[in-house]
Amino acid sequence: MKIKYNLISLSAPVLALSLSVCITSLILIAIGKNPLETFALMYDYGTTGKSLVSIVNRFIPLYISAIAVAVGFKMGLFNIGVEGQYLLSALLAAAIGASFSVSRPVHILLIMIIATMVSAFWGAIAGYLKVNKGIHEVISTIMLNYIGTGIIAYLLGQVFNDEDKANLIPQTTPLPKTGQIPELNKLLSIEDLPSLHGFLPIAITLGIIYYLLIWKTTLGYNLRITGQNPIAAKFSGVDPKRLTMLAMIISGGFAGLVGMGPLLSYHHQYSIDFPAGLGFAGIGVALLGRNHPIGMAFGAILFAFLERSSQILDLRDVPKEIETMMSAFILLIVVVFYEIIRRYIVTQQIKEASKETES
Amino acid sequence: MQSIKIKDISKSFPGVKANSNISFDINEGSIHAIVGENGAGKSTLMKILYGMIKPDSGDIYVFNEKISLNSPKDAISYGLGMVHQHFMLADNFSVIESIILGIDNAGLKNLKLDQYKKSIKEVMERYSLNVGLDQFVDELGVGEKQRVEILKVLFRGAKILILDEPTAVLVPQEVDELFKNLKELQKNGVTVIFISHKLDEVLRIADEITVMRAGEIIDTVKSNEINKKQLAEMMIGSSLPKPPKRESDAGNKNILEIENLDATNQQGKKLFQNISFEIKKSEILGIAGVEGNGQKELIESLIGIQEISKGNIYLNRKKINTLSVQERLSLGISLIPEDRQAQALVMDMRLTDNVMLGRQSENQFKTNLSTVNFKNAISKSKKVINNFRVKTPNEATIVTALSGGNQQKFVVGRELEDHPSLLISSQPTRGVDIGAQALIWQKLRESRDKGLAVLLVSADLEELIGLSDRILVIYQGKFVANLNPEDITPEDLGAYMTGLKK
Repeated sequence: MKIKYNLISLSAPVLALSLSVCITSLILIAIGKNPLETFALMYDYGTTGKSLVSIVNRFIPLYISAIAVAVGFKMGLFNIGVEGQYLLSALLAAAIGASFSVSRPVHILLIMIIATMVSAFWGAIAGYLKVNKGIHEVISTIMLNYIGTGIIAYLLGQVFNDEDKANLIPQTTPLPKTGQIPELNKLLSIEDLPSLHGFLPIAITLGIIYYLLIWKTTLGYNLRITGQNPIAAKFSGVDPKRLTMLAMIISGGFAGLVGMGPLLSYHHQYSIDFPAGLGFAGIGVALLGRNHPIGMAFGAILFAFLERSSQILDLRDVPKEIETMMSAFILLIVVVFYEIIRRYIVTQQIKEASKETES
Repeated sequence: MQSIKIKDISKSFPGVKANSNISFDINEGSIHAIVGENGAGKSTLMKILYGMIKPDSGDIYVFNEKISLNSPKDAISYGLGMVHQHFMLADNFSVIESIILGIDNAGLKNLKLDQYKKSIKEVMERYSLNVGLDQFVDELGVGEKQRVEILKVLFRGAKILILDEPTAVLVPQEVDELFKNLKELQKNGVTVIFISHKLDEVLRIADEITVMRAGEIIDTVKSNEINKKQLAEMMIGSSLPKPPKRESDAGNKNILEIENLDATNQQGKKLFQNISFEIKKSEILGIAGVEGNGQKELIESLIGIQEISKGNIYLNRKKINTLSVQERLSLGISLIPEDRQAQALVMDMRLTDNVMLGRQSENQFKTNLSTVNFKNAISKSKKVINNFRVKTPNEATIVTALSGGNQQKFVVGRELEDHPSLLISSQPTRGVDIGAQALIWQKLRESRDKGLAVLLVSADLEELIGLSDRILVIYQGKFVANLNPEDITPEDLGAYMTGLKK
């Protein structure tokens, strides 16, 4: 029975994707482009070996960002601040990580711990404000994003700017070799392709940790019941203030690792070129994947694929903004479908239960 | 002439018959009160009358015209207006803006406030309802806000005004003012439907009174032909099956001891004061009281959700005042809260998830790796389902799918299965079918006989008298009587609860 319902739930994203393709097609027709050709083009380009590597590389931070958001979502908290949390922590981790050198695994681990702590602290501020001052986390995390951006601009320009070279753009000193995660290409014998980021196994591990945390621990149980019925949770002995604080810290902690994929495996330094926007993109992925580790993995792959495959469009005279619209349609539609399906499953179960009562 | 004629209205929700075959008339230009305990079906009936929910069957006639309502908008077009218990006003709007909000189709930028001001003033004068139109809503007192709400519906052309528990939020002086206004409305031909459970007020203001109990109409009477005692008897009733009497005697060991407990809310109002009592092993202590007299807050203070300002709470001789909710629960307190769906269950989760609620931090639901022990959750669910005859396809069903009675049996089972030393039980059989009620009573009694101490709060007086070994009556936050259930009738009890007898 449970399997049947899971299959029905799966239909939501599939339907959302199909419907969004239809709507996008109509828009393409309206601007005089051939939708079939456009999608074929995107598919062909998106499935080249080079593209696939790039998609996986993009998947890594997107997935972790979704996990960070999902931790909050699970208890009904909206951590919009993943963006500021990961950027600020990436900068500090990059700057501090470049200032010392120890053996490789230790160095990498230390950088990750610094990032997690900075980011968790940034999340904890929003938690503190909510618990003690009643300030809604959406407001405070958005504000903290702005503050974070300001701090980054100051630190990057005035404090951590690498002065050894006459750089045109502000950037931190590059991490020493011991602070870099090697690529996976050799391991997978795909040496003719671009570098595949070595952070991939860590991202997958984080997905597993997230799953265990939410579904297998008492803390996760408390998060879930609070998300669905905060009053019942309170009556069951959950301290809502403590839990809010914890959730923001954990969510922020995960957010700190968003920037580690790009930093440790590719950029090796923080500059104004460091990938931004991953925190916001993660919200969409968490919504699409319904806060489930496997669902979010598919969501992250899908968005990474759309992003990559649309790069070809501009070259063929199709506006690549089509991709942004498509992602937006997917999200909009999937939210509606999830709710319809949720209601359908509830009525189905009520029917089953009333059959039971009669017999 | 009748302004409203209600004929054979019935409405069921899963497991509960909220209204069954309701029929009565409301005379034009009268003040008609509808009284009944919480859960008697008053709100459901009013929601039907205002188009917020559809009845399963039955007809409504307004001014002799049969109507069918799909939304409050329809109800308004037939001249019905509702003033909700919780005001629907925006604080940062002026009074005049609040009144015309939603009427003007042109949008705010084309609003001709002055034009409206004139017509609103006319309405104000006609009904002698005074309120400053240019004031902001947040500057108004509660009584004034209510007047704005009334003005709002009158301005929309309401000829029939429905007031849902209008005095619940008012102080006595404001109540007087409101009643003066209502009389004025009546003089001008407006029909007022007044929903309440405060019998004194109802007798003061209403011409006719319709009494509801357990989803049915008991009777409609003229207010000058009935007294408070008779009304209380009708409202509380004695037709439900009587729980059989107790058999065992209470033990001697005190499980719960309460000393001089006081609590105040944030506005400084005393919720209850000077509460002292004890519950012995194998004793059911009943607390009787009309809702809103402090019993809810008292329960919440025992488990640690409501803060107390004075006094001590001892469980098994151990002082628990400062302990957290979780610590208190794990010391052997179980709780059946009054509202199972809001307070005791997570509706969209499975029974196996819900069975851990309140005990999730205890070792029984932890594995050796201190992860959640779902195996134990499943086996406990199965035990509860079997022992309490919860009708469900299986233990993985979500709670929403179960009927109210089965949900409640599950909650009661979950709490009793752990053999707590104290059970705090509020309205344990509210809104459940007779079968579930009988089972819950039997299980409570069995657990009591095995040593459980029970604090029982209930609006069902038969239940209180039938189950309790001792009854304390709470009135305006104080205990006013200590009664022996052996020699008290529901009528007497009702008299203590409403302050008639002291």
